[in-house]
Amino acid sequence: MVETAGEEQLVAALRAGDEEAFRALVREYHPSLVRVARIYVPTQAAAEDVAAETWLGVLKGLDRFEGRSSLRTWIFRILTNIAKTRAVRDGRTLPFSALQEPGRVPEPAVDADRFLDPEHPRWPGHWAVKPAPWPEDALEAAETRGVIADAIEALPATQRTVISLRDVEGWSSEEVRNALDLSETNQRVLLHRARSKVRAALEAYLSEDGT
Amino acid sequence: MSQEVEQLSCREFVELVTDFLEGALPEEERLRFEDHISRCDGCKAYLEQIRQMVAVSGRLTEDALSPDAERVLLDAFRGWHDA
Repeated sequence: MVETAGEEQLVAALRAGDEEAFRALVREYHPSLVRVARIYVPTQAAAEDVAAETWLGVLKGLDRFEGRSSLRTWIFRILTNIAKTRAVRDGRTLPFSALQEPGRVPEPAVDADRFLDPEHPRWPGHWAVKPAPWPEDALEAAETRGVIADAIEALPATQRTVISLRDVEGWSSEEVRNALDLSETNQRVLLHRARSKVRAALEAYLSEDGT
Repeated sequence: MSQEVEQLSCREFVELVTDFLEGALPEEERLRFEDHISRCDGCKAYLEQIRQMVAVSGRLTEDALSPDAERVLLDAFRGWHDA
């Protein structure tokens, strides 16, 4: 990840025309730009376009970048502006409400039927069938990674983006909140829902595999 | 006299896992959470599954930029700098 401390040098290198610095920056952020763009535009191809346009916007604005926000936050702000403009142009409804209000409809992390009745006399709300730890060798398999990737892909756009940035790309919660303009609580709710669903998909796959 | 603290059910536990991992549980609730893990194999395994899944997610390959697209951007960069 591009260090905040080295950011001034990086900006200076870019302004001086250092191609390696630009290439490194693009490689670092491009996949994340595409993921975030997917919140706003309907297809992978459109998201790629938005990301490419963002880089041109970065070049256009670099001389005016003052370092009041981090470079990353600034780049992602350019991306969201471009993506929103495009969504409006294409007559699409923006998922602002999904980003701002993820908590309205409760989604249990685990199906209710996995638990005993809340009125159970001895074990209210305890596991009916307990989860078991997964064997490490099954987790190492390429197919398992495929199951996780598919489950992430199937998530609603905002949940998909949060889990991709946090768990696939290793961003901190603060970085995700800044890039997506999310509150602390909403970031956690989205991450919680996303992780819960991916875990359930993985459990279904690994248990069917074992029988 | 020891105070009777209401114990978490497993169904409540699974909803607190992300807050726990994010360090966002208030002290008292964190203690209830940890107390529950120490007494419940199922929830201990559930938490471990989440950790395992997060670890594997970090090893998914990212969609790299195609060499063509990278070339276009580098050309734009040169053009920008030379302008």
